[in-house]
Amino acid sequence: MKKYILFFRLRFATGVQYRMASVTALTTQVIWGLMECLAYKAIAEASGGNLPMNYSSIVSYIWLKEAFLFLFNTWAADNDIFEMIRSGNVAYELCRPVSLYSMWFTRIVGGRVSEVLLRCVPVLLCAFLMPKPCRMGLPVSVGAFMLFLLTMVLGMGITVAFCMLVYLLCFFTVSPQGWRMVFTGAIDLLCGNIIPLPFFPEGYLKIAELLPFAYMQNVPFRIYSGDLAGADILPMILKQVFWVVTLIVVGELIRTRVEKKIVVQGG
Amino acid sequence: MKVKKSITLYLRYASVCVRSAMEYKLSFLLMIVGRFLIAFTEFVAIKFLFSGLEEIKGYSYGDILLCFSVIQMSFTLAELFGNGFKAFSGMVKSGEFDRMLLRPCSPILQIIGTRFEIGRTGPMITAIITLCIGVRHSQVVWSTATAVTLLLMLIGGTLLFIGLFMLGASFCFFTIEDTSIINVLTYGAKSHGKYPIDIYGKGIMRFCTYIIPYTLIQYYPLQYLLGKTTRWIVGLYPLGIVVFLAICYGIWCAGVRNYKSCGS
Repeated sequence: MKKYILFFRLRFATGVQYRMASVTALTTQVIWGLMECLAYKAIAEASGGNLPMNYSSIVSYIWLKEAFLFLFNTWAADNDIFEMIRSGNVAYELCRPVSLYSMWFTRIVGGRVSEVLLRCVPVLLCAFLMPKPCRMGLPVSVGAFMLFLLTMVLGMGITVAFCMLVYLLCFFTVSPQGWRMVFTGAIDLLCGNIIPLPFFPEGYLKIAELLPFAYMQNVPFRIYSGDLAGADILPMILKQVFWVVTLIVVGELIRTRVEKKIVVQGG
Repeated sequence: MKVKKSITLYLRYASVCVRSAMEYKLSFLLMIVGRFLIAFTEFVAIKFLFSGLEEIKGYSYGDILLCFSVIQMSFTLAELFGNGFKAFSGMVKSGEFDRMLLRPCSPILQIIGTRFEIGRTGPMITAIITLCIGVRHSQVVWSTATAVTLLLMLIGGTLLFIGLFMLGASFCFFTIEDTSIINVLTYGAKSHGKYPIDIYGKGIMRFCTYIIPYTLIQYYPLQYLLGKTTRWIVGLYPLGIVVFLAICYGIWCAGVRNYKSCGS
């Protein structure tokens, strides 16, 4: 266990190095969030209060999405890992007396947490200081906040476990970037990154909820704002647990296959 | 004569880029399909949002799709032709730009020529689909005048984004640091420009008119298309982008004059 904590700390320390780059990223995210809030304001006015989510929930959702963007995104990947697989340096990784899966898993988690800790504080600060209609609200209750934290961890687990599958699949193709791009759009939509899932028409929502992507950011963000409450929460958490376990097991299975037949080219 | 020579050279550059992209056929195909899908999901999102709505501030589903397709199309075209400007900071850092300055031909031509990426045309497919739906469902009464205005919106939009890319590249002359701040203006406009700008309120409207003239290619000509104003001159507003492009070009030239190589 101790060595995995070290991998986490190593990646965390590297992530914290790039402080300046986050200033421009912060500006981008705040403007992005603000524009989205304004667009939904117009939509809310147009619908006459007939939206599937109430406006203050949408605002919280948007700001949480911006603040924790780097925790939940499926598109920005650890390029070192791709490079390792491409260049053949992955052979060194396989020599280490640790499990490849756990090592990369902790490494990705470390990278994401370090990035998000730096970014989320200023974004959230701006979000709480915004002028009234676009200001982010506090969590609806202490209980909701606790569940929010719990589902955040589970949601991140699903995201990272899914990214692990993408990395492992890179062992089988030479153009991983291309394949990633093909799925990026669909996943972005299905995890509620483009519009919150409650805006999906009935039938499409049912399909989206059958896939793991609906349990990444969708659950914690909606619990925070009270859009998801009461008896609806428990099944969601159970499905999250189901997907974390399933994705990790599938990942482990693929890893054993990869390790058996891997041929390192070049390096 | 000189123009003809430049065009021939540009076409030569472009054909080399296309051929090199074709060497990796699967990768190329995946890029096109991927970019098409990314843009397409945004269209799906608009469709979903409008499943429970009639209109937003007087704009119907078709009108919004018209906006969406114009922005997507102009951004894609601008990226196709002006992609070199986006990669410019890398050229400065690697010293590639120094070599370009030594050659007896316009550096701009070399910058945009060497980075012609045909793989970026994916969103064009989405743009064409949404344009067709938009044209059919919008409240626009189609005539020669409105068709010309739509065409001008496209051309103006392309020039506007090329100007922004050029502006972003010009920043590299003054700071070799990462200048991704320009992305707010380019990608931001691409994703938020799908709604007519006036729905974002007065402050944003002012910014988008006086600082970066997005309204000239989107809000104002749209008013003319929808018949909310009958002054035909409004339909020609996109031509004003030429002034913006000239300013960007001026800044670029000032940058080139001040350029000091950063070694390597």
